[in-house]
Amino acid sequence: MSENSSAATTRISTYLTIIVLIVLGLSVVALILSVNAFIVGNEVVAGYLLIIGFIAMGLSVYVLFQSRKRAASMKIEAPKVMSTVECKKCGFKSLREFQRGDYIFKELDACQKCEDKMMITAIYKEVKEKEKTFAF
Amino acid sequence: MIISAVLSVITNQFGGTGDSISQILSILFYVVFIVFLFYGQRIQMYVMIREVEGSLYKLKYIKEEGRKIAIETIKEIGKPKTDPSARVDRYLEYFTIQPQSMDPAGIVYKLDHILDVRDTRLKDEVKIMAPASDEVQVNNLENTLEAAMALNFIYKVVRHFYIQGKKTLSLYIIMQLQMILPLVMKEAKAYASALKAFAYGQPIGDGVGALVAAKLLLGYETRKVPKDCVVGTVSLEGRTAFIIKAEGPGGNVGKPGDAVKAVVEENEGKIASVIMIDAGLKLEGEIVGEVAEGIGAAIGGPGVDQYKIEEALLEYHIPIYAVIVKEDIGDAVSPMRKEISDSADKAIERVRNVILERTKEGDKVIIAGVGNSIGIGQ
Repeated sequence: MSENSSAATTRISTYLTIIVLIVLGLSVVALILSVNAFIVGNEVVAGYLLIIGFIAMGLSVYVLFQSRKRAASMKIEAPKVMSTVECKKCGFKSLREFQRGDYIFKELDACQKCEDKMMITAIYKEVKEKEKTFAF
Repeated sequence: MIISAVLSVITNQFGGTGDSISQILSILFYVVFIVFLFYGQRIQMYVMIREVEGSLYKLKYIKEEGRKIAIETIKEIGKPKTDPSARVDRYLEYFTIQPQSMDPAGIVYKLDHILDVRDTRLKDEVKIMAPASDEVQVNNLENTLEAAMALNFIYKVVRHFYIQGKKTLSLYIIMQLQMILPLVMKEAKAYASALKAFAYGQPIGDGVGALVAAKLLLGYETRKVPKDCVVGTVSLEGRTAFIIKAEGPGGNVGKPGDAVKAVVEENEGKIASVIMIDAGLKLEGEIVGEVAEGIGAAIGGPGVDQYKIEEALLEYHIPIYAVIVKEDIGDAVSPMRKEISDSADKAIERVRNVILERTKEGDKVIIAGVGNSIGIGQ
C-alpha cells in the first residue's frame, strides 16, 4: 500500500501529460507552418508562427520537467546559530558559533581579561529576511 | 500546402476567413472553448492535483530527512549497540487516544493521566534506543523524535487526502487540501527546522518564557517542584517572587500547572498575584518579538495545565496576569531569533511594571515562565 502510494506521488498525471503532448504537437505544427510560410515568401507570418511554436514548445517542456526537478531542489536549511559569551565581572563579550552542549547560563572557562568565569548569556539565530511591505 | 488547405476548409465551416494564422487561431479558439466547456472543472482539478503532488514531494523529502536526522542523532549521542532504525520507525507510528468525552466530567484528569503515560513510555523508548545518553540528552532526543513524528503524521494525512481525491476524482476533496496546503507546508517547514534545533540542543522561540524566568533566577538557588519544573525565591521590587520554569537545559516543558498549584498550596493561598510569561502566536503584520500584556493563564498545550492553574487560583481568588512575546509558529519551534532573545528583557520590564502596579510591597507573587527549556539552564 505504502509503496503503491509513494509510486503514485512520483509520476506526473496522465491527463496532464496528454495536455502537454497536445500542446507540444501543436507547437511542432506551428513550426512546420512557419517553414512553409517562409518558403512561400510570407516572412511576417513565418516569424509569428516561429515565435508561437517556440513559446508553446518551451512551455510544454518546462511543465513536463518542472515537477521532477522540484524534488531535487529541496533541502532542510540549518540556520547559523550564535552563542554570546560574556564575563559578568568585567563585561568582556564575545560572539562565537554555537557548539553542541552550549546552553544559556552555562559557565565556561576563565575570562581572558579578569580570569573570572565566563558565561553563555544568549543563543540565537539572525534572520535576514526580505520583509514584504504592505500598505497596512 | 495540404495543411493550409485543410485549415481553410475547416475555418470556413466555422465562418472564419483570412490568412493561415487567423485560421489556426480561430480553430484553436474553438477547440479550447469546447474542451473547457466540457472538461474545465476536470482540468482545474488536475492543476490542483499537480500542485498538491509538488507539495507532497517536498513533505516526503522533509519526512525522510527528519527520520534520517533522528536516527543519526541517536547513533551519535546514544551509542546503541544495534541499529535503532526499526525502533525509530515504530516510534514514529505511535499514537495517543483521547479520553472519551461523552460524559465530560473529570476528563481533564483522564487526559492528564494519558499524557503522563505517553510521556513515560516515549522517554523509556528513547532510553532503550540511546543507552549512553544522560537525562538532558534523553529529553532532547525525545523532542527530536516528536518533531520527526509530527512530520511523518503531516505527510501521511496529506497523502491520504491526495490519494482519496485522485481515487474519487472529487474536486472538493482536492480543493480543500489545496487551500490549506500553504499553512500545512509552513508548519512542516517549522518542524523540519525544529528537528535540527532539538538535535543540537539549541533554544527555540517557544522557550522565551523559560528564558525570562531563567534571567530572573540567575544567581539564586532553585529547587525541583512537580513535575519537571524548578522554582526559586527571588526578591523583586520589594516583593517575594516565586519564579517557576521547566527544568533545563534539556528539551522539556514540564507541568507548570502542577508547579503553580504546589507553590500556591505551600503558601496557603497567600499569593497576591500570578504572572505568566509565554510565547504568543502573532498575527500577520505584527512584529516578531513584540511584547503584549493581558489577563489569564498564558499557556498552550492540550489545556490540562491551564485548567489546573485556573482551578487553583479560583479557590483562593488570586488574580492572574499574562505577558506574551509575539512570534509565529515557524519562529516558535525553530532556533530562537535574535529579536525574540532581545525581547526577554522587555518582557522582564513589563513583569516589573505589573508587580509595581498590581501588588504591594511585602506581597508574594508567582512568576511562571512557560515554554520549552531546551538550551536554557537555570
